Amino acid sequence: MDVATLTAHDCRDLLAGREVSAVELTRAYLDRIAQVDDVVQAYLAVDEAGALAAAAAVDAKPRDERLTWEGVPIGLKDILCVKGMETTCASRILKGYIPPYDATVIAKLRAAGLIFLGKLNMDEFAMGSSTENSAFKTTRNPWDPDRVPGGSSGGSAACVAAALAPWALGTDTGGSIRQPASLCGVVGLKPTYGAVSRYGLIAFASSLDQIGPLTHDVRDAAALLDLIAGRDPLDCTSTGLIEPAGPPEGDSLKGLRFGVIKEFTGEACDAGVRRTFDSAVKAIGTLGGVCEEVSLPSVERGIAAYYLIAPSEASSNLARFDGVRYGHRHAGSQDLNEMYVRTRSEGFGAEVKRRIMIGTHALSAGYYDAYYAQAQRTRTLIIQDFADAFDHFDFLISPTSPTVAFKIGERVADPLAMYCSDLCTIPVSLAALPAVSVPAGFSDGLPVGLQIIGPHFSERNLLSMAHAFEQHVQVGTVAPLRAGSAEVTP
Amino acid sequence: MISREEVEHVARLARLHFDEDELARLQSELGTIIDYVNRLSELDLSGLEPTSHAVPLENVLRADEPVAGLAHEEATRNGPDIERGQFVVPRIG
Repeated sequence: MDVATLTAHDCRDLLAGREVSAVELTRAYLDRIAQVDDVVQAYLAVDEAGALAAAAAVDAKPRDERLTWEGVPIGLKDILCVKGMETTCASRILKGYIPPYDATVIAKLRAAGLIFLGKLNMDEFAMGSSTENSAFKTTRNPWDPDRVPGGSSGGSAACVAAALAPWALGTDTGGSIRQPASLCGVVGLKPTYGAVSRYGLIAFASSLDQIGPLTHDVRDAAALLDLIAGRDPLDCTSTGLIEPAGPPEGDSLKGLRFGVIKEFTGEACDAGVRRTFDSAVKAIGTLGGVCEEVSLPSVERGIAAYYLIAPSEASSNLARFDGVRYGHRHAGSQDLNEMYVRTRSEGFGAEVKRRIMIGTHALSAGYYDAYYAQAQRTRTLIIQDFADAFDHFDFLISPTSPTVAFKIGERVADPLAMYCSDLCTIPVSLAALPAVSVPAGFSDGLPVGLQIIGPHFSERNLLSMAHAFEQHVQVGTVAPLRAGSAEVTP
Repeated sequence: MISREEVEHVARLARLHFDEDELARLQSELGTIIDYVNRLSELDLSGLEPTSHAVPLENVLRADEPVAGLAHEEATRNGPDIERGQFVVPRIG
């Protein structure tokens, strides 16, 4: 069977209608991975035996005992702990690590009967915007194999765009779901901070990290969110405040007010992105929404604040990788401190070291107030600016990324240029708001995403709005690769 | 700007070693990044509290009841050097 055009809902319907067995469906995705992933390089590891065994167990169950999503395959970012499945965070320091437990989101998906196809590539420890910081491979954008898929959830976005799974989980700290979703032309949702448990998500920046779906359409994103959201006693920052998103409803935006964020549009963006964004604004108008420009002056400081807060938290979180309890250890050290230093210097890649250095510097004696505290005060200002904007608007909109997918290697030498890839997504993360990137069109044949931002825990309304937009603009999420292997050009 | 001595000091704190070339590159890269983030010091943020949690949240409490955790063997299985259920490390110099 050809899985190239299936959403997760399609998979569910095919299984429910007995048109396909869970093993046949899983086999079809494994075949497609074998055929196409040589070019895309989305997966770090494919668990063929485990996936087929889980699918066979679903097929063996009486139909009236099966759950809604039982037997539907999924791809997982390699930052999520899956019991018994190697989890590396795309880092040499965790090579060979086999988690003894499931992350809460994984336990939920397991209980729902989803089939885990394998682990997806990412920037090492989720630090990056292009997936080029993976210690193991370079993932390619399915729309143009010479370009990056974005990052850090680049493997997850490329996986969905190339139909190597009907949907995938990613994580977002400063844009790591939304930006790759935009660059690969798929839907990516970062839920409100606290909507989804982070237990078993290997920590990068704990005040920002969230897990969320990457999918072909908004309906799939809502369904996957409902599968993973909720209060978890194992993560005291998870709130359970989110309403079930349910199937998104309605096709009108009549009476809704949209703020177009001035600082994220205009000259901040490439001309092609701007053109596509302007037509998205028109489409919202056609659907009855009212768009008006709004200025959030503090967001221009978002990247600076983020590049203090996230590395500070990372330098603390990554202190645990010391060669004692798991992962890589330098062999032959005679002394404990030497073992720490050599293990960490061998195990971490350049960008991870860079961020540990920034964070350690920012938190070191004499600098705390000037850097970390000042960044957290800036964060307070950004939160206030967004709160004020939501007094006047139901949603805020912007392009998700200021550019389309860039060439592999283009920004590697310039960390600051790479950081600016997340101009439009970082301030939203600092304010802990939910935001979704929805395909809005193309510029020079490359996808452009619309970012829609809502107030805290407004996922239900946010996804209904995104669904109405998606139904109206009808942008295909079919990357050329998906037409068949004949068009694959390595 | 950040001095070579400061870069070496921070590297020691972070338990990272860099060779000469890496130190030179890092000094320049960190300098650029620090100059960029220093834009924050231009802002007047007096009277603003630093954010501690971006979503309003009350204290989170739970009943203090014992629950089963990982078995000892599972918790130590990933250790690079395990002896009699304990992590073995080189001597402290």
